Amino acid sequence: MQSISNPLLLSHFTATSCIGRGLDGTLAALRQRRGGLTPCTFDTVDLATYTGEVAGVDDVQLPAHLADFDCRNNRLAFLGLQQDQFADAVRNAIEKYAAHRVGVFIGTSTSGILQTELAYRRRDAATGALPAEFNYGKTHNAFSVADFTCRYFDLRGPAVAVSSACSSSAKVFSSARRMMAAGLIDAAVVGGVDTLCLTTLYGFNSLELTSPQACRPFDAHRNGISIGEAAAFALLERLPDQPRDDAVLLLGTGESSDAYHMSSPHPEGLGARIAMQDALRMAGLQPADIDYINLHGTATPTNDAAEGKAVNAVFGARTPCSSTKGATGHTLGAAGGVEAVICALALQHGLMPAGINIAQPDPAIEVNYLLDNHEQPVARVLSNSFGFGGTNCSLIFGRADRS
Amino acid sequence: MTITTIRACIDGIGLLGPGLNGWPGSLPILSGQQPYQPQKTVLPAPALLPPAERRRSGDIVKLTLATGLEAISAAGLDAARLPSVFAASGGDGVNCHAICEMLASDDRQISPTRFHNSVHNAAAGYWSIATRAMTASSVLCAYDASFGAGLLEALAQVMTDNTPVVLLACDTAYPEPLHSARPLPDALGIALVLAPKPGPATLVSVSVTLTDAVADRYAHPVLEQLRASIPAARGLPLLCAIAQRQPQQVILDYLDDTRLAIAVTPC
Repeated sequence: MQSISNPLLLSHFTATSCIGRGLDGTLAALRQRRGGLTPCTFDTVDLATYTGEVAGVDDVQLPAHLADFDCRNNRLAFLGLQQDQFADAVRNAIEKYAAHRVGVFIGTSTSGILQTELAYRRRDAATGALPAEFNYGKTHNAFSVADFTCRYFDLRGPAVAVSSACSSSAKVFSSARRMMAAGLIDAAVVGGVDTLCLTTLYGFNSLELTSPQACRPFDAHRNGISIGEAAAFALLERLPDQPRDDAVLLLGTGESSDAYHMSSPHPEGLGARIAMQDALRMAGLQPADIDYINLHGTATPTNDAAEGKAVNAVFGARTPCSSTKGATGHTLGAAGGVEAVICALALQHGLMPAGINIAQPDPAIEVNYLLDNHEQPVARVLSNSFGFGGTNCSLIFGRADRS
Repeated sequence: MTITTIRACIDGIGLLGPGLNGWPGSLPILSGQQPYQPQKTVLPAPALLPPAERRRSGDIVKLTLATGLEAISAAGLDAARLPSVFAASGGDGVNCHAICEMLASDDRQISPTRFHNSVHNAAAGYWSIATRAMTASSVLCAYDASFGAGLLEALAQVMTDNTPVVLLACDTAYPEPLHSARPLPDALGIALVLAPKPGPATLVSVSVTLTDAVADRYAHPVLEQLRASIPAARGLPLLCAIAQRQPQQVILDYLDDTRLAIAVTPC
């Protein structure tokens, strides 16, 4: 693995989740330790669980020429792209580099599968056929959201959806890094978009992994996840000669596989440990150089226990860490992107966000889990994203003036 | 237009598809010495998986394991040490249909196995369990452009991380009613071991650039039908060029406005 001789600049970024549209709302919620999880009222779902639903997604209208892409996931993608002048930043990058030199890498786990779930309720009684207007490629298929993003900006560079469950939108940073290092592109729109659907709500419920309450990462009595939805994006460019002091850089990425089980993490967090160590190695950093860890922290008993062991093995028990999923819910394929943006906010605003919904930290997990916000300079942070199939990705971000 | 060229060696090939049963068996067909006769794709049982996982695995898992192991064995490498790139235009179609059917019924309690098999990276998960590979694994989808997207990702990784990589480009069909909305006729998988430097197993070296030139088509109507109807089969013209053992350039379909120009040089 190559060391990252050239860190990349996150020149613009934005996130929209149940805690807010755009950076201001997200930062305010983190500062106020305010979560966005509410009892699930999504569609016809009859499960006793909480969700992090983004308000107003149903009201979003896609541009007329992209009407074929209409589904909840692309609506949320479009809503997310409109925040924080992100779309303007992409257009400026196209001006600067040309449309074929800007790549698109979007993480999603379920894309627009909700559209297919709904279509299956309307099958022809005689033939079983799906409704004529159902468009698999532009809604259900995992590529849909990346294709939509490309066509919205009229981009002509390499484009792909990364779909490795809950590590998807962390791994987009790795894919984009390699494509930029290989010289195929000069900039990349990376991100993650996932939306509520019945497959994940009933699926996680079948595994007894959904909590009947708002999820409580790292609590001694945690009992499962709360599923959320989100759209997060970042624009990656090469580092200019004189970046702003508070510019956020991608310093390292680390990826691994558990090779253990389809839906349970390695009990000792072995794969997670490899991902964190590889990210540190690429960044040329020691564990003590990391000021804050944004944990994967889904709030299932086994996930948090395994991640805690992995973090302790690499960092010891001192590095401040927290999971922000108590606020946003687990946004699955969008989680890595959302948490990358939270890390960027932590660096720029000197905020280590506390975990919320936690009453009693699990005494069996030996990490420095933050119960209160810490407002202090933050130079370098690590973000963990792990998923079904034993897929792991760790990202390290830093401020330009301290990296 | 900025032209960037990426170079790599191809050290091993795995192939399964309709009438294409392994790389050695397909060589005479792809080099034009033997006529192509389509037959339903035959997927072997995934012997490498533990019994519990073997029972739970769908066609996409069998296809990736068979083609990936064929390519890696030909390259003489250890699957456990290779980073992998999975490119598929869809996941396990039979499983997806079963879930959607249940979710539209009065009993929505889908099984845990159905659910974990529904993730696009299920094949990558089973692959890592079967091969004990704890390496990085990229799992991609670009709809009809999935082969090109996977090849680019693998090439970028070979070049920037200076490591051999296995690309597994595999597609399987959906049952009805999804089949009518996404009519893939059969399963087809191509696996390639790509390496940064030539070695004893190297078959060809390739130089790849993005282009707006028109993609190559087969003169043979049945092969052209295959190439055009399964996303992974868009890689077949590259395999034909390798089979013919002559230096040549192929243009592979990728995105609507972008194709891959590949200069193939036998080693």
